[in-house]
Amino acid sequence: MQPLTNRSKAVLKKEMTFAEKLYLPAIINGMIITFKHMFKKAATIQYPEQKREFSPIYRGHHVLKRDDEGAERCTACGLCAVSCPAEAITMQAAERKEGEEKLYREEKYAANYEINMLRCIFCGLCEDACPKEAIFLTDRLVPTEFERNDFVFGKDKLVEKVDDRVDVTRRQTQNVIDFKQNKKYSHNK
Amino acid sequence: MENYYIFKIILVVALFVVSLVVAMYSTFAERKISALMQDRLGPNRAGPFGLLQPLADGIKMFMKEEIIPNVSNKTLFIIGPCLAMTTALMAGVLIPWGGKIELWGETFNLQVADLNIGVLYIFGVTSLGVYGIMIGGWASNNKYSLMGAIRASAQMISYEIAMGLAIIALIMSTGTMSLGEIAAQQDAGLANIVYQPLGFLIFLICAFAELNRAPFDMPESESELIGGYHTEYSSMKLGLFLFAEYINMFISSAVIVTFYFGGYNFPFQNEINEALGLSTNIATALGTLVMFGKIFFFIFFFMWIRWTLPRFRYDQLMRLGWKSLIPLAILNILITGVVMWMNGKLN
Repeated sequence: MQPLTNRSKAVLKKEMTFAEKLYLPAIINGMIITFKHMFKKAATIQYPEQKREFSPIYRGHHVLKRDDEGAERCTACGLCAVSCPAEAITMQAAERKEGEEKLYREEKYAANYEINMLRCIFCGLCEDACPKEAIFLTDRLVPTEFERNDFVFGKDKLVEKVDDRVDVTRRQTQNVIDFKQNKKYSHNK
Repeated sequence: MENYYIFKIILVVALFVVSLVVAMYSTFAERKISALMQDRLGPNRAGPFGLLQPLADGIKMFMKEEIIPNVSNKTLFIIGPCLAMTTALMAGVLIPWGGKIELWGETFNLQVADLNIGVLYIFGVTSLGVYGIMIGGWASNNKYSLMGAIRASAQMISYEIAMGLAIIALIMSTGTMSLGEIAAQQDAGLANIVYQPLGFLIFLICAFAELNRAPFDMPESESELIGGYHTEYSSMKLGLFLFAEYINMFISSAVIVTFYFGGYNFPFQNEINEALGLSTNIATALGTLVMFGKIFFFIFFFMWIRWTLPRFRYDQLMRLGWKSLIPLAILNILITGVVMWMNGKLN
């Protein structure tokens, strides 16, 4: 049969030599290996005190950003929901009323915005799809809950607080900003 | 004579305490060493460097619910771990823990009892240890426990022979069966390991098997027999079984050190003691310290092997015992005899 890869090896079943039959050299070799390991650095991260550093592009808990004046950026266009492969995002749009200019940046906003964290696969396609730079995945962990319904996160858990902004600069590399803002791409026209 | 009894009682109590403390910290050492060998940290939360971990484990064991299965034989079920623990503690009395000690104007040996058939006594007591395992496994009325118990007893019987034969060669070359004398003979001369390297190797391998430790931990084998003979045990009864294993390890390390590595003697001890002008008691204390150093090395060695080698298959274990070690031990006796005959020590 034609081999699928070039990595196959012929199995040798030769008689063991006397030294091999004694097993003692092999045992001593093994003991040397384990002894060497005693002086290696432990791979342990002592969790509550130490935390493993996340990768700069770690995709965790979503955030709905506000702009510099504190108005919500999301315009409920629905592109994130359309792009979501897990169909985790739902929203209801509403029209901005007179006097709400401080709250919402544009005339249309999301009255409801829900992400089902049990459906979400944290692929980050919603972030790519968003034309308003409103939704980001951050390096925060999704908190644990006891009830399934509690995993449907509404705006109360997703929108960042005015006085407690979520830093997403690590995700906004030059490539990302270019992708979002350069007019040469059809999606930005 | 009164002083004699007081001294012996103090020594027995001290031995009891030391055995328990060493066994306690062996459990800690086992976890720590296994962790280091696997590039982990091991227990480090309870107390400084995790030193209070054995205490925490002990308290946990006592607090656990005690379950005696309905279908078990209750008397035997309770006797099992007691027997394992008792026999584990019994062998320590014969080991010479140091040289002579001067107290109240009298001279004592730092040894509870120096029987002239000490080697036989040690063998008798350590083989009794398998009864604890067998009775415990049988009384549990559980297939896994029974399998573990059968394996333990078959393994013990097989390796007892090779061990005994290895010791016969040692008795031939030392000419005595008293542990005190075996230790004292290695005072000025070389340690017995020089005369009996093969015997030592056989004895060491058999000690692993007798202790039911990896790579011969067939009676327990978590992965196949879910704990073997102590499957049904819980709370401190389980604790006693596990604890007995560590005491056995301590005692057998002490026996190995006494038989083959000079016991409390160390190289150039007489010269060093004379040069420093040490009194008898301090010289004895130094010897005891050296002996404990050797014992701790062997305890470490037992753990080193455990975290290096995988478990044998049962037929491999039996083949090694019957087909390799016993012929080797007989060969060893033969060689010892021939060498002694050539040196004119046989009359």
